[in-house]
Amino acid sequence: MADSAPATAEKLPKDLAAEKGLVNVQVDGTWVQVPAGTRMIEVCKIAEKEVPHYCYHTKLSSPGNCRMCLVQMGMPNRPPPGESPHYEDDGYQQISWMPRPVIACANTVTENMGIRTTGELVEECRNGVMEFLLINHPLDCPICDQAGECSLQEFSVEHGRGSSRFEEMKVKKPKNVEIGPRIRLDDERCIMCSRCIRFMDEVADDPVLGFIDRGTHTTLTVHPGRRLDNNYSLNTADICPVGALTSNDFRFQMRVWFLKETKSIDVNCGTGCNTVIWTRGNEVFRITPRENNEVNSSWMPDSHRLNFHYLHAETRLGDPFVKIGSKHEISDWPGAIAKTAEELSRFKGEEIAVIGSGRMTNEELYLLRRLADTLETDLLSLVPRVGESDGKLISADRNPNTSGAKLIWASRNPYAKLESIRQGVVTGKIKALIVFYEDLLGDAQFKADDLANLDFLVSNHILTNKTAKASDVVLPGAGFAEKRGSLVNITGRLQRLNQAISPPPGAMDDWEILRDLVKALSPDEPSRYLLEEVFGEIADEVEEFEDLTLSKISDLGIPIVETGESIPLLESEKARITAGEIVG
Amino acid sequence: MATVKVKRPKLHWYEHLYLPAILKGLIITLKHAMESLRGKAQGGKSLATSGLGVTMQYPEQKWDDQLPDYYRGVPALVTDEQKRERCVSCQLCEFICPPKAITITPGEIQSEDPWAKVEKAPQKFDIDMIRCIYCGMCEEVCPEQAIFLRQDYAMTGTTRGEMVNDKKRLYEIGGIREGLVNKWNELK
Ligand code: SF4
Ligand code: SF4
Ligand code: SF4
Ligand code: FES
Repeated sequence: MADSAPATAEKLPKDLAAEKGLVNVQVDGTWVQVPAGTRMIEVCKIAEKEVPHYCYHTKLSSPGNCRMCLVQMGMPNRPPPGESPHYEDDGYQQISWMPRPVIACANTVTENMGIRTTGELVEECRNGVMEFLLINHPLDCPICDQAGECSLQEFSVEHGRGSSRFEEMKVKKPKNVEIGPRIRLDDERCIMCSRCIRFMDEVADDPVLGFIDRGTHTTLTVHPGRRLDNNYSLNTADICPVGALTSNDFRFQMRVWFLKETKSIDVNCGTGCNTVIWTRGNEVFRITPRENNEVNSSWMPDSHRLNFHYLHAETRLGDPFVKIGSKHEISDWPGAIAKTAEELSRFKGEEIAVIGSGRMTNEELYLLRRLADTLETDLLSLVPRVGESDGKLISADRNPNTSGAKLIWASRNPYAKLESIRQGVVTGKIKALIVFYEDLLGDAQFKADDLANLDFLVSNHILTNKTAKASDVVLPGAGFAEKRGSLVNITGRLQRLNQAISPPPGAMDDWEILRDLVKALSPDEPSRYLLEEVFGEIADEVEEFEDLTLSKISDLGIPIVETGESIPLLESEKARITAGEIVG
Repeated sequence: MATVKVKRPKLHWYEHLYLPAILKGLIITLKHAMESLRGKAQGGKSLATSGLGVTMQYPEQKWDDQLPDYYRGVPALVTDEQKRERCVSCQLCEFICPPKAITITPGEIQSEDPWAKVEKAPQKFDIDMIRCIYCGMCEEVCPEQAIFLRQDYAMTGTTRGEMVNDKKRLYEIGGIREGLVNKWNELK
């Protein structure tokens, strides 16, 4: 049919799309509808077509300098003057393909546009770009920490040549440079994508990186007199597509292909950055941020991601201890629990106080309250940990689960009673103290002499500390990578902590310790066998948790309560998305 | 599938008798027995026989100098003519090893070392010879020509621990190997 008939009878695809505020784009022969102005690379992602790229990052501006994302673009035929556009039988205009490629990362789409991510032109472009990237690249893969997660390795398998045609000498550049306390730079491996420069400039607000010299001699370097010592510097190692920037902490520790990834969350502050814990056997090797646009975008502070080495410290508590005379003797678990229960039942309710930690999970906090209820005491408090917000991701509240404690204890301020407990211990009114997951002489600010006033002290922690030394019973627990549970962050988002490794033999998961203790004190308590059962009890009792289960909390968490708090870094990122600077 | 018809060979009447064939075999055996008694056994020389028969009196006698270069004995680490330890602890052999016999703890080369530019070398390198199946995968995968299956084959030990070759032992067995590609030369 020569005349475009469907125009009157049915609506054209362009009108159908326009009604929804979208445009039609053809990707490798398939039509998709996307919002006008979407970048071509994002459209290809929607159409599930891979476009290899290096410099493009959704959270950063797009300078378009690596040229790896070249695709072929086509536009609808322009009608001769005076004629109206011609529509084919399928309702689309014919596409004329441009003879030269365009970069997909910085160009946006319009109605009836075509994109080809395959074909001779595109293949040749990619092969060419790849060959140029590799001419000066060192043969470092065997000693390069990026090997196994290196985009250059990956794309050179698909688009690289088997051998080099470059006969000249490779350009020499600085190698193994300590540009900051946590970051090592190898300039020969750098492919000049400028992601790190843009990150430090746009996200970390600390523009210390830049290029010097030109052409093949372009070299990434740190500003004279400055160091890359920002608390967000390790994110540059994450986004560096190659092994030019690597982490000193992880350097030469383990090959990434041996590591198991466990999705979890950070427990160093109220933000609860989403993380991946990388482990081999029973050892944590590194922690990296995981994208969650409602919590931490794609980033994470260095201080938090490196705070895991204590899990493997020499001072880790292995077995439960019971003080006999003035000496701690190793005990078995039933013995330690029975001893604790027996001792505690000697006291009246008002003589007992319970101190927990804002680092405990919802399930543990729930059982801790059950414990306090069983002992008929209302002296139950957490230990506050307050710092300064860094205006990005680190929140002022350094406890990861204050919001959870508020909900589960139905209390406006779960820290309120700490002072009166401290006073009670000093005056001798409180005779027995139960401490979970805290060092009393640390953040709780007790004095060593005060503890001597106590008749009975039972403490749980993962490391030996002064509180443990003073305790009559020590119950070793599990670290954040060794247990499951849920926490609520400052914005009221329920998130899941997942178990990556197992606690040391002899130590026990904290919720199980609490469960056994509660059961020993009050045999009428229900038997709980699974963490899910504890969560179920919370769901029955606390309105915000209604209808939820541990498995219903997705990897990205779910908002359960409105706290009015926000995360500064997300706010500035939202502003940049609105301004069209980044895709987000 | 194509079928091929094979014709049975037609046997002579005395072949049907069976006994002549037995006799023929016995004569061949007897001939060899005589030869070996006279110290002239076939292949005796190359097997370094004790003179009587072709039996090698292992372990007093060994065939070691006859082992071909490509013999797949105990895997070991080698140094090159520049006395450089070639392994950079890339852990590819640990990954490829089918029975998981190799365990490596990677480490960093100190900056005062003349080969500091190589950056990486194994801190510990253990091959458990109870597990090793002598497949040669480690040698094949190594990007640095650092690990080779050598001529040693008689690994014995009285404990499991003794059967684990540590880094020191591996370099002793491996020795110096010349003529390998030197990618970490002065041009690098
Ligand atoms: S950056 Fe990638 S390609 Fe380059 S040496 Fe490292 S792993 Fe190999
Ligand atoms: S160091 Fe990495 S992130 Fe920075 S420009 Fe080079 S390749 Fe890109
Ligand atoms: S022997 Fe070769 S493959 Fe094995 S770790 Fe060393 S360099 Fe890598
Ligand atoms: S990703 Fe498009 S130019 Fe680098």
